[in-house]
Amino acid sequence: MHRHLDDELKSLKAKILRMGGLVEEQVQGALRALVERDADLARKIIDNDRLVNTLDVEVDEDALRLLALQQPAARDLRFITTAMKISTELERISDLAENICERAIELNEEPQLKPYIDIPRMANWALQMVKESLDAFVSGDSDLARRVCANDDFVDDLTHQLFRELLSFMLENPQTITRAIRITFIAKYLERIADHATNVAELVVYMVEGKIIRHTLGR
Amino acid sequence: MLVQLSSMPHPIAIHIHEGGDVNEKPKVSEPKLVLRDVNFYYGRAQALFKVNITVPKNQVTAFIGPSGCGKSTLLRCLNRLNDLVEGARLDGTILLDGVDLYSSQVDVTDLRTRVGMVFQKSNPFPKPIYDNVAYGPRLQGIRTRADLDPIVEESLRGAGLWDEVKDRLWESALGLSGGQQQRLCIARALAVKPDVLLMDEPCSALDPIATGRIEELLFALKDALTIVIVTHNMQQAARVSDSTGFFLMGELIEFADTKKIFTTPDDRRTEDYITGRFG
Repeated sequence: MHRHLDDELKSLKAKILRMGGLVEEQVQGALRALVERDADLARKIIDNDRLVNTLDVEVDEDALRLLALQQPAARDLRFITTAMKISTELERISDLAENICERAIELNEEPQLKPYIDIPRMANWALQMVKESLDAFVSGDSDLARRVCANDDFVDDLTHQLFRELLSFMLENPQTITRAIRITFIAKYLERIADHATNVAELVVYMVEGKIIRHTLGR
Repeated sequence: MLVQLSSMPHPIAIHIHEGGDVNEKPKVSEPKLVLRDVNFYYGRAQALFKVNITVPKNQVTAFIGPSGCGKSTLLRCLNRLNDLVEGARLDGTILLDGVDLYSSQVDVTDLRTRVGMVFQKSNPFPKPIYDNVAYGPRLQGIRTRADLDPIVEESLRGAGLWDEVKDRLWESALGLSGGQQQRLCIARALAVKPDVLLMDEPCSALDPIATGRIEELLFALKDALTIVIVTHNMQQAARVSDSTGFFLMGELIEFADTKKIFTTPDDRRTEDYITGRFG
């Protein structure tokens, strides 16, 4: 039986995907702006955050309308509430991309402290997690979502490793402190991006299985 | 010898919703009605197939399902209203506070006092409001105004109708609005102090405001009563009930906490029905 609600759910899903694609571009762009020391690109990325914010509000409005007018239940209900929450997570990721760009612009005003090695690696992990969590959302694949959650520890480890390295720079030469702290911030932003991707993946597990695994419940 | 159902000792407490997933804490509640392997037939046609349900005490239990799924039939088994149907036959066991309802020793009149019923269409007697409520108590031999007045007031208050009718108790019940008539029927059922109230689509003929009043009433009444409600309105089941049973073609497909049924049902057929994917 055809349901009007199915069309609505499909378009909500498409909106989340559009948002996800945009957010991935924001993070990739932020990284490029940092590594290639491109302040113009950084400013463009900061400006593009508006697009993500607009989609976030649209997803919320669509979801609220469906909740109020269609009184969805069971998997429809789980899908809609998950979409609302995922949209918030994606919006935060875009904010973090914006933060990376702000630090990149500041870093561009001084000579480069060191070649970026771990930061791009972390960024790739975080981006992969964002991408896979969204793939899991689209295909309703809770196994993939659980694998995404497992990757989070790896990004955390990289953050600590990078912090120790930057600490040694700062101890050796106080001149590097400002730059090292900015890079530490960027590492922290990437770690937060991976956390948000993990949240998305956890939400997908709830959407598919009805099990809450957040806050290590029921893992 | 007649068994007084109301005098039976309470059975032991049981866990409802056993084996639930890790996110759900089991609710402990005493069983009020226990149905075991209930089959029901209208002549040769079987209407219910091996239904097993434990209805918890002081909770609202909703039965949902498409038309003809047997939910009303089951409701009517709970106070033996189906006894009046020619050729109707039940096997299996239905226990009320541990006593078999269909035992030959059970007095059906006593049973229907304990298990009251409210129907889809309000059916007040063409008599004054007061007499509608006093009807049952009078049958039980309560005759004086001094005895009846407090019962009438208490019942009308219980049904949330007292303030609206206290100045017109001697006017005909037929002058009341549809929602008021339905609450009068609830008051009439309450007047004989039942422990269980069966409600068959009690709001389907009412507007949203009257429906809201009845739903609020259910929350108030369940402190004193066990309520079983049959409804086509799934949002109503979701709003008012603690447990929900989903029926399909005479079978109980799933019975669980209402929260679970409407968020994470186990059975695909339940999910298809409550999400409107049926057919």
